[in-house]
Amino acid sequence: MTSAAPVPPVARLAGVSHLYGKVQALHDLTLDLPAGRMLGLIGPDGVGKSTLMGLIAGAKKLQSGQVETLGGDMASARHRADAGRRIAFMPQGLGKNLYHDLSLRENLDFFGKLYGLAKAERDARISRLTRATGLAPFMERPAGKLSGGMKQKLGLCAALIHDPDFLLLDEPTTGVDPLSRRQFWDLIDTIRADRPQMSVLVSTAYMEEAARFGHLVAMNAGRILAEGSPANLMARTQTATVEAAYVALLGGDAAQTAAPEPALAADTDTGPPAIRARNLTKRFGDFTAVDKVSFEIKRGEIFGFLGSNGCGKTTTMKMLTGLTPATTGEAWIFGQPVDAQNLDARRRVGFMSQSFSLYGELTVRENLLLHARLFHLGGDLTAKRMAELVPRFGLDPYLDQGAASLPLGVRQRLSLAVAVIHAPDILILDEPTSGVDPQARDAFWVMLLELARRDGVTIFISTHFMDEGMRCDRISLMHAGKVLVSDAPKALIAARGAATLEDAFIAYMLDAEPAEAPADEGLLATGAAQDHAKSAPGFSLGRLLAFTTREAMQVRRDPVRLVFSFVGSALLLLIMSFGISQEVRDIPFAVFDLDQSPESRAYLSGFEDSAWFSQNPPITDPDALERRMESGELALAMQIPPGFGKAVRRGETAEIAGLIDGSDTNRAGTVESYVKSAHADVLAKAGQSALALADLATPRSPDAAPPAQLVPRFQYNPAMESLPAIGPSIPPLLLLLFPAILMAVSVAREKEIGTITNFYVTPTSRAEFLIGKQLVYIGITLLNFIILTALVVTVLGVPLKGDPAALVLGALLYAVAATGYGLLVSMMTATQVTAVFAAAILSVMPTLQFSGMITPVSSLEGAARVMGTFWPTTWYMGISVGTFTKGLGLSELSGHLLRLAAFGPVLTGLAVLALRKQER
Amino acid sequence: MRRLTNIFWLAGKELKSVLGDPVMVVLILWSFVVAVMLEASGAGDTVRNAAIAILDEDNSALTRALTDALGPPWFQPPIAITPDRVQPAMDAGQIMFVLSFPPGFEADVIAGLMPAAQLEVDATAVSQAQLGTDYIANILASETRAFLSGSPDAPEPALRLELRRAFNPNGNPVWFKAMSSLLNQLSLLTIALTGAAMLREREQGTIEHLMVMPLTPFEIALSKVLANVVVVLTAFTLSLFFVVQQLLQVPVEGSVPLLLAGTAVYLAAAAAIGMFLGTVARSMAQFALLVIMVVIPIIMLSGGMGAVESQPEIVQRLTMALPSRHFLAFAKAVVFRGAGPSAVWVELSLMAGLGITFFAASLVLFRRSMSVSG
Repeated sequence: MTSAAPVPPVARLAGVSHLYGKVQALHDLTLDLPAGRMLGLIGPDGVGKSTLMGLIAGAKKLQSGQVETLGGDMASARHRADAGRRIAFMPQGLGKNLYHDLSLRENLDFFGKLYGLAKAERDARISRLTRATGLAPFMERPAGKLSGGMKQKLGLCAALIHDPDFLLLDEPTTGVDPLSRRQFWDLIDTIRADRPQMSVLVSTAYMEEAARFGHLVAMNAGRILAEGSPANLMARTQTATVEAAYVALLGGDAAQTAAPEPALAADTDTGPPAIRARNLTKRFGDFTAVDKVSFEIKRGEIFGFLGSNGCGKTTTMKMLTGLTPATTGEAWIFGQPVDAQNLDARRRVGFMSQSFSLYGELTVRENLLLHARLFHLGGDLTAKRMAELVPRFGLDPYLDQGAASLPLGVRQRLSLAVAVIHAPDILILDEPTSGVDPQARDAFWVMLLELARRDGVTIFISTHFMDEGMRCDRISLMHAGKVLVSDAPKALIAARGAATLEDAFIAYMLDAEPAEAPADEGLLATGAAQDHAKSAPGFSLGRLLAFTTREAMQVRRDPVRLVFSFVGSALLLLIMSFGISQEVRDIPFAVFDLDQSPESRAYLSGFEDSAWFSQNPPITDPDALERRMESGELALAMQIPPGFGKAVRRGETAEIAGLIDGSDTNRAGTVESYVKSAHADVLAKAGQSALALADLATPRSPDAAPPAQLVPRFQYNPAMESLPAIGPSIPPLLLLLFPAILMAVSVAREKEIGTITNFYVTPTSRAEFLIGKQLVYIGITLLNFIILTALVVTVLGVPLKGDPAALVLGALLYAVAATGYGLLVSMMTATQVTAVFAAAILSVMPTLQFSGMITPVSSLEGAARVMGTFWPTTWYMGISVGTFTKGLGLSELSGHLLRLAAFGPVLTGLAVLALRKQER
Repeated sequence: MRRLTNIFWLAGKELKSVLGDPVMVVLILWSFVVAVMLEASGAGDTVRNAAIAILDEDNSALTRALTDALGPPWFQPPIAITPDRVQPAMDAGQIMFVLSFPPGFEADVIAGLMPAAQLEVDATAVSQAQLGTDYIANILASETRAFLSGSPDAPEPALRLELRRAFNPNGNPVWFKAMSSLLNQLSLLTIALTGAAMLREREQGTIEHLMVMPLTPFEIALSKVLANVVVVLTAFTLSLFFVVQQLLQVPVEGSVPLLLAGTAVYLAAAAAIGMFLGTVARSMAQFALLVIMVVIPIIMLSGGMGAVESQPEIVQRLTMALPSRHFLAFAKAVVFRGAGPSAVWVELSLMAGLGITFFAASLVLFRRSMSVSG
């Protein structure tokens, strides 16, 4: 900044505080970030770096204080929309905002569309950016299959596609191999050379990287420790490295904690090595994750696997623990082949996996106790181990705290404590220190050394930190599934004549495979600056459709989901239509004939011949009657009292008793009406039969001729068949449940994986995001509608009598309503699990019970009636049955269509209102 | 012994996770209180509360008497309708039955001309249409006879049919609805909870943690089944005592311990199905679709929404594989018919057998599912 004119800061924060529940992430922070500089935000995980960046970028909602970015207030939605086009934000996590199932080109194309770039412009920029970053040869590769370094470059390209004035990179190099990391920083330098006016804010946990930044902001525990150039900070603290300066600023002991140097315990060498692997190979499909890895780990040794994310470290460790079978190759632990079934072998191994994999809902004490119990340590030993481990790992203050709410460093210590509670002989630790601050890492290593040297535990650890590699007795450098070389770290450095382990690693990597296509000399930034002066349009169809095409591509890449919903609903349609018979047939019944006269037999034959009843062996005594009714064998028992025949012959009133199983009231009602009909039939035919009941046909019987007739006309379904009634009423159920769940999961998934950040930080409006996605699922629903309708007409043979236009229009409106419901559910839930639960549990009952499928809505009472009325299925059911069975058209169904039309916009509108444009 | 304690401690862990999630607790409460109440008291019987309209062109004492005779509980109070409204009202599904009396209906009855009353029936709901028609025909016959004889008592028939309903003498539909609704909630919740617990553990990687400890898949899976059975059985018991018996006034004829024991067996079978789906599915979305594909047939084909014996032979054979079908048969027998263990052992062993089958199938898939998710 040589110019005298004061350049306004690129961002200015005043009194900013931020809370997550009870945890305070930022404490009353005030900060000015100078423009046109390379700014570094340093500090370990969990000090509030990401929160700060999210607030500056407008991705997070400001809670208190003031944030100005690019000269405007970030609390104003108006300014955020305008500034959004000048800011680029790359969130933490390798490729977290990328769509892993889409190709590199598709990803970049999508980001280009979000910023309203025309096709030609997009293509030009994508081609220039990918050439400059050396990604051009991989344009058609899915982002998920790129290496960590390539993902970072792709993320950078996506961030640069709209020529931002302010680039925010949140921990861009965490977990990336050293070569890619170096290339990444060179790339950033090139960009800055091209566009000196651009401000770049980078956060990092790698202190050694911080030296390249022009201006550093050191943070701890939500506060700013110090600000200034790296040289300035080091001078102030009288330290030689940024890391040491940071530790000094924390007020800690700048000198390294005296670690017992790796004086390897005297090689007792009794028996086989602790771990031996020979040619271990793991292939997933055509992808080789681990390629012929061999190594040997001596007892009591600390052995390190050093390499980037995705280089095969984790998979190798899983093969050693038996979690994943090796495709080929063998491994031995203490001379025993690894066998997933061998429970005793597992007792000798402690494993700590990459992600925190303890139970967050349990407290620290409960987690420890659970593991002690599962290893059957017994009461005394458990108490002894707890008394030993809790103070040793500094867990005293946290014993009764839920594990999920612990600071990261404490969680790692808990994980380690759990892994060693049963005093294993081998510890396998998969990246135990990623995201832990330097001090905590130091302390962690002291514990490891103690375990190895004092207790003689063999430790197999993986890491991507070079300085941790230096602390191992021996290391293997891993890259792309292969072990490049194994030896003591100092020997490796010496062998390459390198200054540091990182340099040695890079040298080995370059040996193993030729460098990637060198970056093109082309400029990264375009000369033609975008017109940022114009204010951003509030709604853009282009952006909406960008979300639609993207979602459609993603759905196409995961056909299993579609097949599930299409085949599943077709299958359900067939089973339900044939299975739910509204006719009650084959009612199991038996006779209890105490009379055994010709008359009684003649009467009962009327029941025996009926298709409605299916006769079981006769009942012989009252006990049997009771028993057989009770067991549910009989739905009906017809009892003829003694003297029946005599009474009939004498012309006296004879009685017959029918006992119906009333436990299923539906069936009992039907049985009752069938019995009455059969009884009336017997009487009506009595006159014609020359048999025993002929006497009944005398005029004395009023049953013979009623004084008035009832002439029923069965409308819509004169033959009273079940299929025309049931067939058209099944699709309404399926067309609600399946789309609603797919829709809800789709939105919840973006929240869970983190791609929703693209919605937070781009000028996309809420309606564009939701409706853009919704359109795809409306399309899927309509496709499903076509399949189901075709099945109803062809397989079920129910003709579509009414107006197809009314049915199609109804299906369209219904699809909007069903997906709108899915959207609304997803707004109320944060995870896919709860989205699934809420979508399913809340919709199954009203859809199946209150929509008129079995019981007409007009017969429902009370709350059920209300729910039925305010549930879209009811109205679409009317349309489906109306067009298929009743033969109705648009005008007759206009009432239903109008009501149905209201659901979609209301539900979608509520979802749009409920969606937050910023993260909390 | 070692096995048992492992299962015990793991199940305790599961219990804490289920009850520690407020969303789950709310959904369980919703299912066993609100949903059961709504379903039991709301959805009517086969013909109950049917909407009927009268087109009376005679307007005589007889037709008024007939109109008055049609009413609750089978029909809603009849409404008068004009000819031009008949078709639209039926098209819109507002009215199920329209009974029309022609002019001079009463006079013709008196003259013995046997006049005809027209009944328009919406036959898109087949069983309601059939039963309602039968009811109306009966009412028409008895009322006209009473009108002719001048007294409300019909003349003594030659054969008197005495129909009695065992186990639910008043035919109160709430009883049965409450039981079938409980079955629906039990099935949906148990399957979804157990399967989701399995999937969540896979997605969060904690399953790997368990698999490197001296534990077998059998112990891990069984502990999940047990924990979820305990949660849902507790909810069921409370719902049975407070919602079903107290609020809905449904009497339980048989032994409550037997009912609870059978429910536990059913829940274990349902949990095994959930476990199976949880190991088959590769993502939450797939799991959700699978749950819907299993739960819809369970709700609709187990006998709660139509008698099992009226299903076609093939479907009946398929539904034999649904433990829910056997559970409903069991529950009906115990709750309404007061059946003892000797009457329901077949259902109990079928449920247990199906549960063991699904459980064994999920164990077979257990390891495979882990390497997939890893």
